[in-house]
Amino acid sequence: MGRGSGVIKFRSPVKDNPATDDGGGPSTHGFADTWAATIWPTGFVSMSLRETQLHLLNTTQRLVAALTDPTQTAQLGRSVGEELVDAHFTNPEALELSLSLIASRLLKDFAPQLRHINNAELRSRLGLLLGAIAAGFSTALRDVTFSEQEQIRRAGLLARETTERDLRGSEARFRAVFAGAAIGIAIADISGNILHFNPAMEQILGDSSEAHLFSSVAQFVDLDDAPELWSQYQRLVNGEQEQVQSEKRYVRPDGSVVWADMVISLVRDDNGHPRYLVVLVEDVSERRRLQTTLHHQALHDPLTGLPNRTLFFDRLRRLCNQHDSTKRIGLCYLDLDRFKAVNDSLGHHVGDKLLVELAERLARCTADAGHIVARMGGDEFVVLVEDCEGTRQLKLLAEQLLEALAAPFEIADHQLTVSASIGLVEHQAAGADPAELLKAADITLYWAKSEGNGGWALHESERRGRQVARYELSAAMPRALAHGEFLVEYQPLVRLRDSVTIGTEALVRWNHPVLGRLGPQHFIDLAEETGQIVPLGRWVFEQSCAQAALWSAEFGAQAPFVSINLAVRQLRDPGIVAELISIAQAYDVAPQQLQLELTESEIMGPSDEALERLRTLADAGFVIAIDDFGTGYSNLAYLRRLPVQALKLASSFVTGLQQDPNGDRVGEEIMKTLIHLSHILGLHVTAEGIETDEQARQLRDLGCDNGQGWLFAKPGPPETITEMLRPKT
Amino acid sequence: MVNSQSWIPHEVDVERPNPARMYDYYLGGAHNFAADRELAEQALAVRPALARSARLNRRFLNRVVRYSSELGINQFLDLGSGIPTAGNVHHIAQQRDPTARIAYVDNESVAVAHSTELLAGNDYATITKADLKDVETVLSAPGIAGLLDFDQPIALLTVAVMHFIPDSEAPWEIFQRYHSALMPGSLLALSHCTVEGLAPEWTKVAELYKSSTTPVYPRDKAELERFFTGLQLVKPGIVDAIDWHPDEGEQETERSGFYAAVARV
Repeated sequence: MGRGSGVIKFRSPVKDNPATDDGGGPSTHGFADTWAATIWPTGFVSMSLRETQLHLLNTTQRLVAALTDPTQTAQLGRSVGEELVDAHFTNPEALELSLSLIASRLLKDFAPQLRHINNAELRSRLGLLLGAIAAGFSTALRDVTFSEQEQIRRAGLLARETTERDLRGSEARFRAVFAGAAIGIAIADISGNILHFNPAMEQILGDSSEAHLFSSVAQFVDLDDAPELWSQYQRLVNGEQEQVQSEKRYVRPDGSVVWADMVISLVRDDNGHPRYLVVLVEDVSERRRLQTTLHHQALHDPLTGLPNRTLFFDRLRRLCNQHDSTKRIGLCYLDLDRFKAVNDSLGHHVGDKLLVELAERLARCTADAGHIVARMGGDEFVVLVEDCEGTRQLKLLAEQLLEALAAPFEIADHQLTVSASIGLVEHQAAGADPAELLKAADITLYWAKSEGNGGWALHESERRGRQVARYELSAAMPRALAHGEFLVEYQPLVRLRDSVTIGTEALVRWNHPVLGRLGPQHFIDLAEETGQIVPLGRWVFEQSCAQAALWSAEFGAQAPFVSINLAVRQLRDPGIVAELISIAQAYDVAPQQLQLELTESEIMGPSDEALERLRTLADAGFVIAIDDFGTGYSNLAYLRRLPVQALKLASSFVTGLQQDPNGDRVGEEIMKTLIHLSHILGLHVTAEGIETDEQARQLRDLGCDNGQGWLFAKPGPPETITEMLRPKT
Repeated sequence: MVNSQSWIPHEVDVERPNPARMYDYYLGGAHNFAADRELAEQALAVRPALARSARLNRRFLNRVVRYSSELGINQFLDLGSGIPTAGNVHHIAQQRDPTARIAYVDNESVAVAHSTELLAGNDYATITKADLKDVETVLSAPGIAGLLDFDQPIALLTVAVMHFIPDSEAPWEIFQRYHSALMPGSLLALSHCTVEGLAPEWTKVAELYKSSTTPVYPRDKAELERFFTGLQLVKPGIVDAIDWHPDEGEQETERSGFYAAVARV
């Protein structure tokens, strides 16, 4: 690329003809090559050495021509100087070397061509030529320099214009963004003075008069008393932090409130020093409103608008987490009586309206005191009393609530009179378990209901404890049976006449994994209530049969019979007769070897079917005994109608024998009469609870057939009985 | 607008020395400002041979263009073309083939403005203002994608430009990314300043450039080999610019301080 035009100018084509001496003869080539070799290293040429040689060949011819024709000397000389510059030999050294070479070599090398000119003339022409070359070189160099400087300046200007145009474009884009953004933008200097803000900022902060609009970034930060934000802002200004972000609440001049998500960013200059602050403010009021609504919806019952279970538990949990041991809390757990009937008879539409009105009354009733009323679900509501002053306050509140519900509800042309039951729980707040509290309230509500509708009950922890224990025990029973936690012990029944063990009573025990060994008094009632007595009774019967079979095998006719307790609940089962018979058969035990004990109270009131089953069992050979006789009505006459063969007298009779320091013999008389009457009815009599030899002697004297009690043996494993029966060796 | 940075244009700062204009000054040009000349003179004071180095580097460019033309390549992509000082690529190439296509790329506004003026009316040469590090931008720019046929061999020229890219920006990877855009038969030419085995003054010169708009990162031969991973180097490989295919009678003995190498795709 040449200067200016960008093209290297070759003045004229070189006719490289070595045959002619006036053109490119050997001298011309020799001179041009030397010249090229001399100046080529000094140049900035884009030409190769070879190209330079060719180029200078032409120039050399011009030099010779300049000396030959004095009228051309100056003009050709100048053109040679220009040509050097054109060929990029712009280095002054190139001129110096060229002039020196021409001065010393030209006349000599081209002496043959110049011989017709005298020496003085030649020298004069050479001087003129050298001067012209220098002048041509200087002029050309000056022109080129001017031209290039001009070019680079123009390029500089052009570049700057282009850049400025780009900047203007960029600025225009920025302006458009700034003006059109939905986000409020403010630009401030590092002291926080706001320099510009966009329309969105005005719109968000609700101020069209600049006078009111924030003039300082500090105001954005300072509106809330947020010390952390303020210190972050300080770090930002000091260049220690790049950004500050916060969601903030602004009050517009017209008093309306706007929530804004605010980001303040630091803009640094080229050297990294903090220069500007850019504040971006986004109106998040709508989003926040939505969040608040959602939050409210999540914590409130849609039907009644009351706080829901979640909110109630949140509050309760917070109360329970406090540490003030003097604070107490109260719960009123309220449930409509027979609400289901309203729904069923009048429809859910009415039921729902009733709940809404009920909620309103409850809320009105508790509003003054500031208690929370929450709907827990269905027709269950709970009032949470914070800072409860004691059970008196709760009872009073319960009365007020019930009173509030007393007036009939007018709903869709119906006049509904409802009642509700309330369970009250009062407890120390600190450390209480919210779930336990609510469970307690629920149970207490149940007590209130069981004591009749329309009332309240106050929670008592012991009552609760009993219920809990019974509940848990009954729940555990099926599993316990399956896991072999039950076992049967045997207590001997001894013939008083000769102290021979003639029978044993099978007694069930529960090896509870937590509570330890439990006697039947702890779980038999429960088993009867839950119906577990049926499988448990069957199991005990089976165990007893198995044991009876073992004894029968070892002792034959001397084997003791086994007396097994039978609950009347078991007799209600139509299959009981067939079942007992088939089990006995399965173990190959004669029914006569088995005695079935029923308590007096049970046997007195069974249904006809139960009685019929008892008769069938007696007919099948089982011995039927009345257990604990003397604790109920003791209607001996009635016994005649029953298929009973034995009577077991309650231990209270035995205790009564001795309880007489004044020689009063009433107890003994009663016993004597009972034994006598029993014998008349053909019943064997067994006395329970014999603890002393004296008792045994007395009873024997009174004609009592058999005895049972600790005197003989405590209930124990069957092996103990077996040992007892084995002949002593 | 490819990246967010290009959204805001760089400012033109003629007050700061620019290597392209300093190079022009070394080559005897007057396409430069006082600030350029001042720093260039400082560099020359430390190392007078700098002007010669510039000239020898320029000679290498000249030879590479001729070498490419002789191989029948008539498309050139000149990255970091700078000030269009005497003997530029399109001049050399179009002397041989007037339809040879030359795409110049530079990121310096003045150089681009200058080239734009100079190339006005030349249908086969363009100048594109771009950063050669944005390979995708460069390759898809209208002045390049619209001029060069990438299905035909192209001579890619990175002459005295890669040493302006620090290691942190992995110039060898940039080089390789251009490589992957080229058809077999293409050439990749590199000249790169070095201080390896040279007098300590050269290091000082490199230090001086730190005050220009573009600092210089001289590299050793071993480092330059990384640019040509997987490429077939044209003999004699990576050598001082004076030893790369010197013209007859031009063989120099003193090193130029530029490594030069050409690879064939």
